[in-house]
Amino acid sequence: MTPGPRLPTLALPLWQAGGTRMGFFTDSSVCIGCKACEVACKEWNGVPDSKPAWSGNSYDNTLRLGANSWRHVAFVERVRQDDAAGVRWLMSSDVCKHCTRAACLEVCPTGAIFRSEFGTVVVQDDVCNGCGYCVVACPFGVIERREDDGRAFKCTLCYDRLKIGEQPACAKACPTASIQFGPLEELLETAHARLEQVRAQPGGEEAHLYGADESDGVGGFGAFFLLLDRPEVYGLPPRPEYRRRDVVTMWGAASVAAWLLVGGLAGAIRWRR
Amino acid sequence: MAAVGGREEPAERPLVPRERPRSYYGLPIVRRPAWTWEVPLYFFTGGTAGALAATSILARWSGQHRMGRSARRMALAGALVSPALLISDLGRPARFLNMLRVVRPTSPMSLGSWTLAGFGSALGMAEAADLAGLPVAVTGTMEGAAGILGPILANYTAVLLGDTANPIWRAGRHLLPFVFSGSSLAAAGGALCLAGPEEGRPVSRRMVVVGTALEQAAFLAMESHLGPLAEPYRTGRGGRLARVHRLASWTSAVLVLAGRRSPLLLRLGGAIALGSSALLRQAVYRAGFQAVDDPSYLVESQGP
Repeated sequence: MTPGPRLPTLALPLWQAGGTRMGFFTDSSVCIGCKACEVACKEWNGVPDSKPAWSGNSYDNTLRLGANSWRHVAFVERVRQDDAAGVRWLMSSDVCKHCTRAACLEVCPTGAIFRSEFGTVVVQDDVCNGCGYCVVACPFGVIERREDDGRAFKCTLCYDRLKIGEQPACAKACPTASIQFGPLEELLETAHARLEQVRAQPGGEEAHLYGADESDGVGGFGAFFLLLDRPEVYGLPPRPEYRRRDVVTMWGAASVAAWLLVGGLAGAIRWRR
Repeated sequence: MAAVGGREEPAERPLVPRERPRSYYGLPIVRRPAWTWEVPLYFFTGGTAGALAATSILARWSGQHRMGRSARRMALAGALVSPALLISDLGRPARFLNMLRVVRPTSPMSLGSWTLAGFGSALGMAEAADLAGLPVAVTGTMEGAAGILGPILANYTAVLLGDTANPIWRAGRHLLPFVFSGSSLAAAGGALCLAGPEEGRPVSRRMVVVGTALEQAAFLAMESHLGPLAEPYRTGRGGRLARVHRLASWTSAVLVLAGRRSPLLLRLGGAIALGSSALLRQAVYRAGFQAVDDPSYLVESQGP
Protein backbone atom coordinates (compact mmCIF):
# COMPACT_ATOMS: atom_id res chain seq x y z
CA MET A 1 0.00 0.00 0.00
CA THR A 2 1.41 3.36 -1.00
CA PRO A 3 1.26 6.04 1.64
CA GLY A 4 -1.94 7.96 0.87
CA PRO A 5 -2.85 11.46 1.91
CA ARG A 6 -2.86 12.19 5.61
CA LEU A 7 -5.94 10.71 7.22
CA PRO A 8 -8.33 13.20 8.79
CA THR A 9 -8.17 13.13 12.55
CA LEU A 10 -11.62 14.56 13.27
CA ALA A 11 -10.13 16.62 16.04
CA LEU A 12 -12.50 18.57 18.25
CA PRO A 13 -11.93 22.27 18.84
CA LEU A 14 -9.45 22.76 21.67
CA TRP A 15 -12.03 24.07 24.11
CA GLN A 16 -14.12 20.94 23.67
CA ALA A 17 -11.40 18.34 23.47
CA GLY A 18 -11.17 16.21 26.59
CA GLY A 19 -9.54 12.81 26.54
CA THR A 20 -9.43 10.49 23.55
CA ARG A 21 -12.38 11.01 21.23
CA MET A 22 -14.36 7.77 21.12
CA GLY A 23 -16.91 6.83 18.50
CA PHE A 24 -18.55 4.35 16.18
CA PHE A 25 -17.58 3.05 12.78
CA THR A 26 -20.66 1.43 11.27
CA ASP A 27 -19.63 -0.78 8.36
CA SER A 28 -22.87 -1.33 6.46
CA SER A 29 -21.26 -3.83 4.09
CA VAL A 30 -21.35 -6.52 6.79
CA CYS A 31 -24.68 -5.56 8.40
CA ILE A 32 -27.10 -8.51 8.26
CA GLY A 33 -30.13 -6.57 9.49
CA CYS A 34 -30.60 -8.59 12.68
CA LYS A 35 -31.58 -5.52 14.74
CA ALA A 36 -29.67 -6.81 17.77
CA CYS A 37 -28.31 -3.26 18.12
CA GLU A 38 -31.83 -1.81 18.33
CA VAL A 39 -32.82 -4.32 21.01
CA ALA A 40 -29.61 -4.05 23.03
CA CYS A 41 -29.89 -0.25 23.04
CA LYS A 42 -33.48 -0.30 24.24
CA GLU A 43 -32.69 -2.87 26.92
CA TRP A 44 -29.65 -1.13 28.32
CA ASN A 45 -30.88 2.43 28.17
CA GLY A 46 -34.46 1.71 29.25
CA VAL A 47 -35.79 3.33 26.09
CA PRO A 48 -39.61 3.06 25.97
CA ASP A 49 -41.12 0.80 23.35
CA SER A 50 -42.80 2.19 20.28
CA LYS A 51 -46.26 1.07 19.19
CA PRO A 52 -45.76 -1.91 16.86
CA ALA A 53 -47.00 -1.21 13.37
CA TRP A 54 -46.31 -2.87 10.04
CA SER A 55 -44.85 -0.21 7.81
CA GLY A 56 -44.65 -2.23 4.61
CA ASN A 57 -41.17 -0.79 4.06
CA SER A 58 -39.25 -4.04 3.70
CA TYR A 59 -38.27 -5.40 7.14
CA ASP A 60 -38.12 -1.94 8.70
CA ASN A 61 -40.84 -1.15 11.21
CA THR A 62 -38.73 1.29 13.22
CA LEU A 63 -38.64 3.74 10.27
CA ARG A 64 -36.27 6.35 11.66
CA LEU A 65 -34.27 7.49 14.64
CA GLY A 66 -36.16 9.34 17.33
CA ALA A 67 -36.70 9.83 21.05
CA ASN A 68 -37.54 6.15 21.44
CA SER A 69 -35.25 4.65 18.79
CA TRP A 70 -31.56 5.39 19.26
CA ARG A 71 -30.42 2.75 16.77
CA HIS A 72 -32.34 2.16 13.55
CA VAL A 73 -31.60 -0.52 10.97
CA ALA A 74 -32.49 0.60 7.45
CA PHE A 75 -33.50 -1.99 4.83
CA VAL A 76 -33.20 -0.93 1.19
CA GLU A 77 -34.27 -3.19 -1.66
CA ARG A 78 -32.63 -2.17 -4.91
CA VAL A 79 -33.12 -3.69 -8.34
CA ARG A 80 -29.80 -3.31 -10.07
CA GLN A 81 -29.68 -0.68 -12.79
CA ASP A 82 -27.93 -2.87 -15.31
CA ASP A 83 -30.81 -5.38 -15.15
CA ALA A 84 -28.55 -8.04 -13.73
CA ALA A 85 -30.51 -10.64 -11.84
CA GLY A 86 -31.94 -10.11 -8.43
CA VAL A 87 -32.53 -7.57 -5.77
CA ARG A 88 -29.68 -5.98 -3.96
CA TRP A 89 -30.05 -5.63 -0.21
CA LEU A 90 -28.65 -2.65 1.59
CA MET A 91 -28.79 -2.69 5.35
CA SER A 92 -27.30 -0.15 7.70
CA SER A 93 -27.63 0.59 11.38
CA ASP A 94 -28.11 4.34 11.84
CA VAL A 95 -27.31 6.23 15.03
CA CYS A 96 -26.69 9.76 16.34
CA LYS A 97 -23.60 11.11 14.57
CA HIS A 98 -22.06 12.88 17.59
CA CYS A 99 -20.99 15.65 15.19
CA THR A 100 -17.74 17.57 15.55
CA ARG A 101 -19.84 20.74 15.18
CA ALA A 102 -23.05 19.59 16.81
CA ALA A 103 -26.00 21.82 15.93
CA CYS A 104 -28.14 20.45 18.80
CA LEU A 105 -25.45 21.36 21.32
CA GLU A 106 -24.79 24.80 19.87
CA VAL A 107 -28.46 25.86 19.79
CA CYS A 108 -29.46 24.40 23.16
CA PRO A 109 -30.47 27.47 25.23
CA THR A 110 -30.27 25.74 28.61
CA GLY A 111 -26.86 24.10 28.29
CA ALA A 112 -28.54 20.72 28.77
CA ILE A 113 -26.60 19.26 25.83
CA PHE A 114 -22.88 18.99 26.48
CA ARG A 115 -19.69 17.50 25.05
CA SER A 116 -18.48 14.66 27.24
CA GLU A 117 -14.89 13.78 28.06
CA PHE A 118 -15.14 11.10 25.33
CA GLY A 119 -16.00 13.73 22.71
CA THR A 120 -19.59 12.51 22.54
CA VAL A 121 -22.72 14.68 22.63
CA VAL A 122 -25.03 13.95 25.56
CA VAL A 123 -28.33 15.43 26.83
CA GLN A 124 -28.64 16.01 30.60
CA ASP A 125 -32.23 15.03 31.22
CA ASP A 126 -32.32 16.87 34.54
CA VAL A 127 -31.64 20.19 32.78
CA CYS A 128 -33.56 19.89 29.50
CA ASN A 129 -36.77 21.92 29.60
CA GLY A 130 -38.17 20.62 26.33
CA CYS A 131 -37.86 23.82 24.28
CA GLY A 132 -37.60 21.70 21.12
CA TYR A 133 -34.94 23.79 19.40
CA CYS A 134 -32.50 20.86 18.98
CA VAL A 135 -35.28 18.91 17.22
CA VAL A 136 -35.39 21.35 14.29
CA ALA A 137 -31.67 22.11 14.39
CA CYS A 138 -30.32 18.56 13.95
CA PRO A 139 -29.31 18.10 10.27
CA PHE A 140 -30.10 14.38 10.57
CA GLY A 141 -33.46 14.53 12.35
CA VAL A 142 -32.04 12.38 15.17
CA ILE A 143 -33.04 14.08 18.40
CA GLU A 144 -36.74 14.24 19.29
CA ARG A 145 -39.01 15.38 22.09
CA ARG A 146 -40.67 12.45 23.86
CA GLU A 147 -44.39 13.19 23.73
CA ASP A 148 -45.47 11.96 27.17
CA ASP A 149 -42.32 13.27 28.85
CA GLY A 150 -41.71 16.59 27.11
CA ARG A 151 -37.91 16.38 27.11
CA ALA A 152 -35.57 15.65 24.20
CA PHE A 153 -33.80 12.30 23.95
CA LYS A 154 -31.16 10.69 21.74
CA CYS A 155 -28.24 8.25 21.78
CA THR A 156 -25.78 8.96 24.62
CA LEU A 157 -23.15 6.66 23.11
CA CYS A 158 -23.74 4.74 26.36
CA TYR A 159 -22.09 7.42 28.48
CA ASP A 160 -22.59 5.30 31.61
CA ARG A 161 -20.91 2.24 30.06
CA LEU A 162 -18.01 4.30 28.69
CA LYS A 163 -17.38 5.66 32.17
CA ILE A 164 -16.65 2.16 33.50
CA GLY A 165 -14.57 1.23 30.47
CA GLU A 166 -17.24 -0.85 28.76
CA GLN A 167 -18.24 -0.53 25.12
CA PRO A 168 -21.72 0.67 24.11
CA ALA A 169 -24.51 -1.90 24.19
CA CYS A 170 -25.15 -1.86 20.42
CA ALA A 171 -21.51 -2.49 19.52
CA LYS A 172 -21.28 -5.28 22.07
CA ALA A 173 -24.41 -6.96 20.67
CA CYS A 174 -23.48 -6.65 16.99
CA PRO A 175 -22.71 -10.21 15.79
CA THR A 176 -20.83 -9.22 12.61
CA ALA A 177 -18.72 -6.32 13.89
CA SER A 178 -20.67 -4.03 11.60
CA ILE A 179 -20.78 -1.67 14.57
CA GLN A 180 -17.28 -1.03 15.82
CA PHE A 181 -16.46 1.09 18.83
CA GLY A 182 -13.13 2.61 19.76
CA PRO A 183 -10.86 5.65 19.64
CA LEU A 184 -11.89 7.60 16.56
CA GLU A 185 -8.39 7.80 15.13
CA GLU A 186 -8.03 4.02 15.15
CA LEU A 187 -11.49 3.55 13.68
CA LEU A 188 -10.62 5.90 10.81
CA GLU A 189 -7.60 3.81 9.93
CA THR A 190 -9.67 0.61 10.02
CA ALA A 191 -12.36 2.25 7.92
CA HIS A 192 -10.03 3.45 5.18
CA ALA A 193 -8.44 0.01 4.92
CA ARG A 194 -11.87 -1.64 4.84
CA LEU A 195 -13.06 0.79 2.15
CA GLU A 196 -10.28 -0.33 -0.18
CA GLN A 197 -11.28 -3.97 0.30
CA VAL A 198 -14.96 -3.30 -0.33
CA ARG A 199 -14.28 -1.15 -3.39
CA ALA A 200 -12.35 -4.02 -4.98
CA GLN A 201 -15.33 -6.35 -4.64
CA PRO A 202 -18.26 -6.59 -7.09
CA GLY A 203 -21.07 -4.28 -5.99
CA GLY A 204 -18.69 -2.16 -3.97
CA GLU A 205 -17.89 0.35 -6.70
CA GLU A 206 -19.93 3.09 -5.08
CA ALA A 207 -18.79 2.39 -1.52
CA HIS A 208 -17.69 5.45 0.39
CA LEU A 209 -17.14 6.68 3.91
CA TYR A 210 -19.88 9.00 5.19
CA GLY A 211 -18.90 11.47 7.88
CA ALA A 212 -15.21 10.56 8.00
CA ASP A 213 -14.03 13.84 6.52
CA GLU A 214 -13.37 16.81 8.75
CA SER A 215 -13.98 19.22 5.86
CA ASP A 216 -17.67 18.24 5.52
CA GLY A 217 -20.52 20.48 6.68
CA VAL A 218 -20.41 19.44 10.34
CA GLY A 219 -16.67 18.85 10.70
CA GLY A 220 -17.03 15.09 10.52
CA PHE A 221 -18.97 12.66 12.71
CA GLY A 222 -18.01 10.92 15.92
CA ALA A 223 -20.08 8.04 14.51
CA PHE A 224 -19.31 7.59 10.84
CA PHE A 225 -20.32 5.00 8.25
CA LEU A 226 -19.22 2.93 5.29
CA LEU A 227 -22.14 3.08 2.85
CA LEU A 228 -22.65 1.19 -0.41
CA ASP A 229 -24.92 3.79 -2.00
CA ARG A 230 -25.67 7.49 -1.74
CA PRO A 231 -26.62 8.75 1.74
CA GLU A 232 -30.19 9.75 0.78
CA VAL A 233 -30.92 6.12 -0.17
CA TYR A 234 -30.48 5.26 3.52
CA GLY A 235 -32.49 8.29 4.66
CA LEU A 236 -29.39 10.36 5.40
CA PRO A 237 -28.80 13.95 4.21
CA PRO A 238 -26.27 14.09 1.33
CA ARG A 239 -24.53 17.20 2.67
CA PRO A 240 -25.41 17.97 6.28
CA GLU A 241 -24.35 21.39 7.40
CA TYR A 242 -23.90 23.41 10.56
CA ARG A 243 -21.49 26.31 10.71
CA ARG A 244 -21.07 28.93 13.38
CA ARG A 245 -20.31 31.65 10.87
CA ASP A 246 -23.84 31.23 9.48
CA VAL A 247 -25.19 32.42 12.83
CA VAL A 248 -22.92 35.47 12.60
CA THR A 249 -24.06 36.42 9.09
CA MET A 250 -27.68 35.88 10.10
CA TRP A 251 -27.31 38.27 13.04
CA GLY A 252 -25.70 40.69 10.61
CA ALA A 253 -28.73 40.52 8.33
CA ALA A 254 -31.03 40.85 11.34
CA SER A 255 -29.16 43.97 12.53
CA VAL A 256 -29.54 45.63 9.14
CA ALA A 257 -33.22 44.68 9.15
CA ALA A 258 -33.60 46.11 12.67
CA TRP A 259 -32.08 49.42 11.55
CA LEU A 260 -34.40 49.43 8.57
CA LEU A 261 -37.32 49.09 10.97
CA VAL A 262 -36.07 52.02 13.01
CA GLY A 263 -35.46 54.02 9.82
CA GLY A 264 -38.95 53.27 8.52
CA LEU A 265 -40.36 54.25 11.88
CA ALA A 266 -38.41 57.52 11.99
CA GLY A 267 -39.64 58.28 8.48
CA ALA A 268 -43.21 57.61 9.54
CA ILE A 269 -42.92 59.79 12.63
CA ARG A 270 -41.45 62.66 10.60
CA TRP A 271 -39.63 64.88 13.03
CA ARG A 272 -41.19 68.15 13.99
CA ARG A 273 -39.74 70.39 16.64
CA MET B 1 -53.90 -2.29 -6.31
CA ALA B 2 -56.41 -4.65 -7.87
CA ALA B 3 -57.95 -3.79 -11.22
CA VAL B 4 -61.20 -1.93 -10.57
CA GLY B 5 -64.00 -1.12 -12.99
CA GLY B 6 -62.42 -2.87 -15.94
CA ARG B 7 -59.20 -0.86 -15.79
CA GLU B 8 -56.16 -3.08 -16.11
CA GLU B 9 -52.84 -2.80 -14.38
CA PRO B 10 -49.89 -2.50 -16.76
CA ALA B 11 -48.28 -5.88 -17.28
CA GLU B 12 -45.04 -6.83 -15.55
CA ARG B 13 -44.79 -3.81 -13.33
CA PRO B 14 -41.69 -4.33 -11.23
CA LEU B 15 -42.40 -4.70 -7.53
CA VAL B 16 -39.41 -2.54 -6.73
CA PRO B 17 -39.01 0.67 -8.73
CA ARG B 18 -36.07 0.50 -11.08
CA GLU B 19 -34.95 4.10 -10.91
CA ARG B 20 -32.41 5.20 -8.39
CA PRO B 21 -34.25 6.16 -5.22
CA ARG B 22 -33.72 9.70 -3.96
CA SER B 23 -35.00 8.98 -0.48
CA TYR B 24 -35.65 6.23 2.04
CA TYR B 25 -39.28 5.24 1.33
CA GLY B 26 -40.11 8.93 0.98
CA LEU B 27 -39.62 9.40 4.74
CA PRO B 28 -38.56 12.84 5.99
CA ILE B 29 -34.87 13.30 6.82
CA VAL B 30 -34.98 16.27 9.18
CA ARG B 31 -37.75 16.78 11.69
CA ARG B 32 -40.89 18.86 11.83
CA PRO B 33 -40.90 21.37 14.67
CA ALA B 34 -42.10 19.90 17.95
CA TRP B 35 -43.51 23.31 18.80
CA THR B 36 -47.21 23.92 19.35
CA TRP B 37 -49.44 26.79 18.17
CA GLU B 38 -48.06 29.14 20.81
CA VAL B 39 -44.73 29.59 19.05
CA PRO B 40 -45.81 31.20 15.73
CA LEU B 41 -48.27 33.29 17.74
CA TYR B 42 -45.38 34.46 19.94
CA PHE B 43 -43.39 35.39 16.82
CA PHE B 44 -46.28 37.82 16.19
CA THR B 45 -46.86 39.13 19.73
CA GLY B 46 -43.13 39.54 20.43
CA GLY B 47 -42.49 41.18 17.06
CA THR B 48 -45.37 43.62 17.42
CA ALA B 49 -44.40 44.51 20.99
CA GLY B 50 -40.81 45.09 19.86
CA ALA B 51 -41.81 47.53 17.13
CA LEU B 52 -44.26 49.27 19.50
CA ALA B 53 -41.52 49.82 22.07
CA ALA B 54 -39.32 51.45 19.43
CA THR B 55 -42.30 53.58 18.42
CA SER B 56 -42.81 54.61 22.03
CA ILE B 57 -39.36 56.12 22.53
CA LEU B 58 -39.20 57.75 19.07
CA ALA B 59 -42.64 59.29 19.56
CA ARG B 60 -41.56 60.67 22.93
CA TRP B 61 -38.44 62.20 21.38
CA SER B 62 -40.50 63.85 18.67
CA GLY B 63 -42.80 65.31 21.31
CA GLN B 64 -45.83 63.06 20.75
CA HIS B 65 -46.16 61.99 24.37
CA ARG B 66 -49.69 60.65 24.29
CA MET B 67 -48.87 58.36 21.40
CA GLY B 68 -45.61 57.29 23.05
CA ARG B 69 -47.40 56.24 26.22
CA SER B 70 -50.08 54.40 24.29
CA ALA B 71 -47.49 52.50 22.26
CA ARG B 72 -45.58 51.64 25.44
CA ARG B 73 -48.66 50.22 27.17
CA MET B 74 -49.49 48.09 24.14
CA ALA B 75 -45.88 46.89 24.04
CA LEU B 76 -46.11 45.98 27.72
CA ALA B 77 -49.22 43.92 27.04
CA GLY B 78 -47.29 42.06 24.33
CA ALA B 79 -44.31 41.62 26.65
CA LEU B 80 -46.58 40.00 29.24
CA VAL B 81 -48.37 37.67 26.83
CA SER B 82 -45.19 36.53 25.06
CA PRO B 83 -43.42 34.69 27.90
CA ALA B 84 -46.70 33.03 28.84
CA LEU B 85 -47.00 31.65 25.31
CA LEU B 86 -43.40 30.46 25.31
CA ILE B 87 -43.62 28.79 28.70
CA SER B 88 -46.78 26.90 27.84
CA ASP B 89 -45.05 25.53 24.74
CA LEU B 90 -42.18 23.99 26.71
CA GLY B 91 -42.11 20.24 27.21
CA ARG B 92 -41.34 20.98 30.87
CA PRO B 93 -42.95 24.35 31.64
CA ALA B 94 -41.83 24.21 35.30
CA ARG B 95 -38.24 24.45 34.06
CA PHE B 96 -38.73 27.71 32.13
CA LEU B 97 -36.11 29.46 34.27
CA ASN B 98 -33.48 27.09 32.80
CA MET B 99 -33.64 29.40 29.77
CA LEU B 100 -31.70 31.91 31.85
CA ARG B 101 -29.29 29.32 33.21
CA VAL B 102 -26.58 30.13 30.65
CA VAL B 103 -25.85 32.73 27.98
CA ARG B 104 -25.12 30.88 24.75
CA PRO B 105 -24.08 33.20 21.90
CA THR B 106 -24.45 30.41 19.30
CA SER B 107 -28.10 29.88 20.25
CA PRO B 108 -30.57 32.45 18.90
CA MET B 109 -33.11 31.07 21.37
CA SER B 110 -30.79 31.77 24.29
CA LEU B 111 -30.04 35.33 23.16
CA GLY B 112 -33.73 35.80 22.37
CA SER B 113 -34.78 34.66 25.84
CA TRP B 114 -32.41 37.15 27.43
CA THR B 115 -33.64 39.88 25.07
CA LEU B 116 -37.26 39.15 25.94
CA ALA B 117 -36.47 39.08 29.67
CA GLY B 118 -34.67 42.43 29.48
CA PHE B 119 -37.35 43.91 27.25
CA GLY B 120 -40.19 42.93 29.56
CA SER B 121 -38.36 44.15 32.66
CA ALA B 122 -37.53 47.51 31.09
CA LEU B 123 -41.13 48.06 30.01
CA GLY B 124 -42.44 47.00 33.40
CA MET B 125 -40.09 49.40 35.16
CA ALA B 126 -41.00 52.22 32.77
CA GLU B 127 -44.68 51.69 33.54
CA ALA B 128 -44.04 51.53 37.28
CA ALA B 129 -41.91 54.68 37.17
CA ASP B 130 -44.62 56.47 35.21
CA LEU B 131 -47.37 55.42 37.61
CA ALA B 132 -45.27 56.32 40.64
CA GLY B 133 -44.70 59.77 39.18
CA LEU B 134 -40.92 59.44 39.12
CA PRO B 135 -38.95 61.98 37.04
CA VAL B 136 -39.45 61.70 33.28
CA ALA B 137 -35.75 60.83 32.88
CA VAL B 138 -36.27 57.52 34.72
CA THR B 139 -39.23 56.51 32.58
CA GLY B 140 -37.43 57.69 29.48
CA THR B 141 -34.32 55.63 30.25
CA MET B 142 -36.35 52.48 30.72
CA GLU B 143 -38.33 53.22 27.57
CA GLY B 144 -35.07 53.77 25.74
CA ALA B 145 -33.75 50.39 26.88
CA ALA B 146 -36.91 48.67 25.67
CA GLY B 147 -36.73 50.70 22.46
CA ILE B 148 -33.23 49.37 21.74
CA LEU B 149 -34.18 45.75 22.47
CA GLY B 150 -37.48 46.09 20.57
CA PRO B 151 -36.23 45.98 16.97
CA ILE B 152 -34.10 42.92 17.89
CA LEU B 153 -37.15 41.24 19.38
CA ALA B 154 -39.03 42.05 16.18
CA ASN B 155 -36.81 39.90 13.99
CA TYR B 156 -34.49 37.63 16.00
CA THR B 157 -37.17 34.96 15.56
CA ALA B 158 -36.19 34.90 11.88
CA VAL B 159 -32.60 34.15 12.92
CA LEU B 160 -33.97 31.43 15.18
CA LEU B 161 -35.75 29.81 12.24
CA GLY B 162 -32.79 30.31 9.91
CA ASP B 163 -30.41 28.54 12.30
CA THR B 164 -32.13 25.17 11.83
CA ALA B 165 -31.80 22.26 9.42
CA ASN B 166 -35.20 23.04 7.85
CA PRO B 167 -34.37 23.61 4.16
CA ILE B 168 -36.86 26.43 3.47
CA TRP B 169 -36.00 28.40 6.61
CA ARG B 170 -32.30 27.82 6.20
CA ALA B 171 -32.18 28.88 2.55
CA GLY B 172 -34.08 32.10 3.31
CA ARG B 173 -32.10 32.92 6.43
CA HIS B 174 -30.67 36.24 5.27
CA LEU B 175 -33.96 37.65 3.98
CA LEU B 176 -36.45 36.42 6.56
CA PRO B 177 -35.33 39.04 9.15
CA PHE B 178 -36.38 41.78 6.69
CA VAL B 179 -39.78 40.14 6.20
CA PHE B 180 -40.30 39.94 9.98
CA SER B 181 -39.07 43.52 10.53
CA GLY B 182 -41.50 44.91 7.96
CA SER B 183 -44.36 42.86 9.30
CA SER B 184 -43.68 43.93 12.89
CA LEU B 185 -43.66 47.60 11.86
CA ALA B 186 -46.95 47.19 9.99
CA ALA B 187 -48.50 45.37 12.95
CA ALA B 188 -47.36 48.06 15.39
CA GLY B 189 -48.93 50.68 13.13
CA GLY B 190 -52.05 48.53 12.94
CA ALA B 191 -52.33 48.34 16.72
CA LEU B 192 -52.06 52.13 16.97
CA CYS B 193 -54.62 52.63 14.17
CA LEU B 194 -56.96 50.32 16.06
CA ALA B 195 -56.59 51.63 19.58
CA GLY B 196 -54.09 54.49 19.61
CA PRO B 197 -54.76 58.16 20.35
CA GLU B 198 -56.15 60.43 17.67
CA GLU B 199 -52.99 62.57 17.49
CA GLY B 200 -50.98 59.56 16.36
CA ARG B 201 -53.17 58.58 13.43
CA PRO B 202 -51.09 60.01 10.57
CA VAL B 203 -47.96 58.34 11.97
CA SER B 204 -49.75 55.03 12.55
CA ARG B 205 -51.06 55.05 8.97
CA ARG B 206 -47.60 55.63 7.58
CA MET B 207 -46.22 52.83 9.76
CA VAL B 208 -48.69 50.37 8.25
CA VAL B 209 -47.86 51.46 4.70
CA VAL B 210 -44.07 51.51 5.13
CA GLY B 211 -44.10 48.22 7.05
CA THR B 212 -46.27 46.49 4.48
CA ALA B 213 -44.07 47.69 1.64
CA LEU B 214 -40.92 46.43 3.39
CA GLU B 215 -42.51 43.12 4.29
CA GLN B 216 -43.88 42.45 0.80
CA ALA B 217 -40.69 43.49 -0.97
CA ALA B 218 -38.59 41.29 1.31
CA PHE B 219 -40.96 38.36 0.89
CA LEU B 220 -40.78 38.63 -2.91
CA ALA B 221 -36.99 38.79 -2.74
CA MET B 222 -36.95 35.73 -0.49
CA GLU B 223 -39.24 33.75 -2.79
CA SER B 224 -37.13 34.51 -5.83
CA HIS B 225 -33.97 33.63 -3.90
CA LEU B 226 -35.48 30.29 -2.84
CA GLY B 227 -36.28 29.30 -6.44
CA PRO B 228 -37.82 25.83 -6.57
CA LEU B 229 -37.55 25.62 -2.78
CA ALA B 230 -40.25 28.31 -2.54
CA GLU B 231 -42.91 25.76 -3.52
CA PRO B 232 -44.20 25.30 0.07
CA TYR B 233 -45.10 29.03 0.00
CA ARG B 234 -47.28 28.39 -3.07
CA THR B 235 -48.94 25.03 -2.48
CA GLY B 236 -50.79 23.31 0.35
CA ARG B 237 -51.51 24.91 3.69
CA GLY B 238 -48.41 27.11 3.64
CA GLY B 239 -49.39 28.39 0.21
CA ARG B 240 -52.97 29.13 1.26
CA LEU B 241 -51.77 31.00 4.35
CA ALA B 242 -49.23 32.96 2.30
CA ARG B 243 -51.87 33.98 -0.26
CA VAL B 244 -54.38 35.09 2.39
CA HIS B 245 -51.59 36.93 4.16
CA ARG B 246 -50.58 38.81 1.02
CA LEU B 247 -54.15 39.83 0.32
CA ALA B 248 -54.71 40.93 3.93
CA SER B 249 -51.47 42.86 3.96
CA TRP B 250 -52.26 44.98 0.90
CA THR B 251 -55.89 45.38 2.01
CA SER B 252 -54.78 46.79 5.35
CA ALA B 253 -52.51 49.33 3.64
CA VAL B 254 -55.31 50.47 1.33
CA LEU B 255 -57.83 50.66 4.19
CA VAL B 256 -55.65 52.74 6.49
CA LEU B 257 -55.00 55.16 3.64
CA ALA B 258 -58.74 55.35 2.99
CA GLY B 259 -59.12 55.82 6.76
CA ARG B 260 -57.87 59.37 6.42
CA ARG B 261 -61.49 60.43 6.44
CA SER B 262 -63.21 57.48 8.11
CA PRO B 263 -62.09 56.34 11.57
CA LEU B 264 -64.04 53.14 11.05
CA LEU B 265 -62.02 52.19 7.97
CA LEU B 266 -58.87 53.13 9.85
CA ARG B 267 -59.71 50.78 12.71
CA LEU B 268 -60.67 48.03 10.31
CA GLY B 269 -57.40 48.47 8.42
CA GLY B 270 -55.47 48.37 11.70
CA ALA B 271 -57.17 45.16 12.78
CA ILE B 272 -56.43 43.55 9.41
CA ALA B 273 -52.79 44.65 9.62
CA LEU B 274 -52.50 42.87 12.96
CA GLY B 275 -54.17 39.73 11.66
CA SER B 276 -52.03 39.76 8.54
CA SER B 277 -48.83 39.90 10.58
CA ALA B 278 -49.98 36.90 12.65
CA LEU B 279 -50.85 35.07 9.42
CA LEU B 280 -47.36 35.69 8.04
CA ARG B 281 -45.76 33.85 10.97
CA GLN B 282 -48.24 31.00 10.50
CA ALA B 283 -47.44 30.79 6.77
CA VAL B 284 -43.69 30.66 7.39
CA TYR B 285 -44.15 28.10 10.17
CA ARG B 286 -46.45 25.85 8.13
CA ALA B 287 -44.30 26.05 5.00
CA GLY B 288 -41.54 24.63 7.19
CA PHE B 289 -43.65 21.52 7.79
CA GLN B 290 -44.17 20.99 4.07
CA ALA B 291 -40.48 21.53 3.38
CA VAL B 292 -39.52 18.59 5.61
CA ASP B 293 -42.44 16.24 4.93
CA ASP B 294 -41.14 15.75 1.38
CA PRO B 295 -37.44 14.83 1.72
CA SER B 296 -36.73 15.82 -1.90
CA TYR B 297 -36.56 19.51 -0.90
CA LEU B 298 -33.68 18.75 1.42
CA VAL B 299 -31.92 16.36 -0.95
CA GLU B 300 -32.25 18.79 -3.89
CA SER B 301 -31.07 21.73 -1.79
CA GLN B 302 -27.95 19.79 -0.77
CA GLY B 303 -26.98 19.13 -4.37
CA PRO B 304 -26.41 16.01 -6.46
